[in-house]
Amino acid sequence: MTGWASFVAMVAAGLALLFGLPMVFDLFGLLQMTVFVAMAVLALSQGFIWGYGGVMSFGQTAFFGLGGYTYAVAVLNMGDSTVPVLLSVLVPTLFAALLGYFMFYGRISDAYIGVITLTVTVILFNVVNSTAGDFYTIGNAALGGFNGMPSVPPLNVPGDPSSPLDPEQTWYAAMGALILVYVLLRMILASRFGRVVVAIRENETRAQLLGYDTRLYKLVVFAIGGGIAGLGGCLYTNWGSFISPTVFGLAASAQVLIYVLVGGLGTLLGPILGAFGIQYLISLIGTQEAVNANLVLGAILVVFVLLVPQGVVPVVRGLFRRVPNGRRGRVAEAAVVEP
Amino acid sequence: MMLQVEALRSGYGRIPILAGVSLAVAKGEFVGILGHNGMGKSTLLRTLMGYLPATAGRVVFEERDITRLSPTARARLGIGYVPQGREIFPALSVHENLRMGCLLSSRDERRTIEDVLAKFPRLRRLLDRTGGALSGGEQQLLALARCLCGGPQLMLLDEPTEGIQPSIIDEIVEILQALQRGNEITVVLVEQNLKFIAELSQRILIIQKGAITRETSPEAVQDPALIAEFVGMAA
Repeated sequence: MTGWASFVAMVAAGLALLFGLPMVFDLFGLLQMTVFVAMAVLALSQGFIWGYGGVMSFGQTAFFGLGGYTYAVAVLNMGDSTVPVLLSVLVPTLFAALLGYFMFYGRISDAYIGVITLTVTVILFNVVNSTAGDFYTIGNAALGGFNGMPSVPPLNVPGDPSSPLDPEQTWYAAMGALILVYVLLRMILASRFGRVVVAIRENETRAQLLGYDTRLYKLVVFAIGGGIAGLGGCLYTNWGSFISPTVFGLAASAQVLIYVLVGGLGTLLGPILGAFGIQYLISLIGTQEAVNANLVLGAILVVFVLLVPQGVVPVVRGLFRRVPNGRRGRVAEAAVVEP
Repeated sequence: MMLQVEALRSGYGRIPILAGVSLAVAKGEFVGILGHNGMGKSTLLRTLMGYLPATAGRVVFEERDITRLSPTARARLGIGYVPQGREIFPALSVHENLRMGCLLSSRDERRTIEDVLAKFPRLRRLLDRTGGALSGGEQQLLALARCLCGGPQLMLLDEPTEGIQPSIIDEIVEILQALQRGNEITVVLVEQNLKFIAELSQRILIIQKGAITRETSPEAVQDPALIAEFVGMAA
């Protein structure tokens, strides 16, 4: 399938799910799918910066949590959710840009980027966890420390706070956002910018020697990833009308890596499927109460790293693309246009 | 002079490799560099490109001191570098690899690629194939073509015939000779293939223990005594 055909097929599948699921699922099922979508947006951000930009961030949940908290604080103060949604993207984008500036322009090596992003997440966890009490309020919004922020107003019709979205409408908003993020990333990757980003992932030194300022490209990729993760955080906060410091926890940080590894690094579809699959499994295990979910997640990670290191999507795609002439027959459906 | 190198020193960590290299290359000149393995040929090109920092000495390009400039800045000034091992982008198609090389071209991207493909007809039918699926020789052609897409004034070539089949070596010679005839570019060429370096170079510099010790003519590389002494290989 060509890049354009796969793009159209993916968007069509997304739209089919957008309009089809409310007809199939009851309210509980739709609510569950909504939180899966929020996690899929987070997974897309990780898949983009890691799979395409080659930036291994262990702390993508920092931007996810920042987006969630920004939305909660802003909507509790403003009432109308229109501007808070924009802020939930803008604030993590700027924070990622600031952090990225010091990392990429400071010539920090890849391994230390992982350490720094993980450390930032842990710092945010501890800082937000320590904000219990009346002292830690921003306007009308009490941060609530380890208890988190309950009763966060839901999304409303843009500009009309008196018309909050019901769960079905929230599903449309969340799934619509996921489709938009997917389309945006496909457009970015199909552009000249995307080609350079993939080239930097392939061989950063070579890209520098061709005259590209690789620091700037990586910074922009990291900032875009931060903004997308922030949007995921906003959707997550909306889903439960609640956010707590656990979103910054190490378990959450590891979980998003598992989404991407299981689904397939270097694809956009992989992280989405990984998020849906893993989240479904976690909810299933939660209802059974037979085994510990973290134990199962750990086992899945080990199995995939050892047996299916490319992840599900590249393996399935490889099965469909196998051609008899071997390497001479391979043509470029280059990484920049993969679904 | 297009390129002037004065007492250049560099190395890897605490290990010094270049021990005061001095040379000058005029515009349009093709200069070959010969030497035993480990004498600093590739290190010299890496240092000229800024990939390795100079610990002493100066590099002057078009009357500008570029000793402290980054590789990106040097590339933007018009220095192209085709390293040993090609280093193409394996996941990108041949066409995308060429487009990556066009950043520094002041001309229209499509026209630039068309002009370069006219010099590399073999690549035209491989445009949609991923770089990683090409043979070693095809990858070398791609690396050269991608470098030319940027319109460099000076091209640094590090062993372009290494591990390449003879027919493609002949193709590379023809392409570079055409550039030479057109006076389109200046080349500093590091090579161990004596026939290749003799066919392309107007003069040859011998590098020993990190310094240029002798200058000779392309004809002289046919002299077995000279080759045995300074290069360590049969002609």
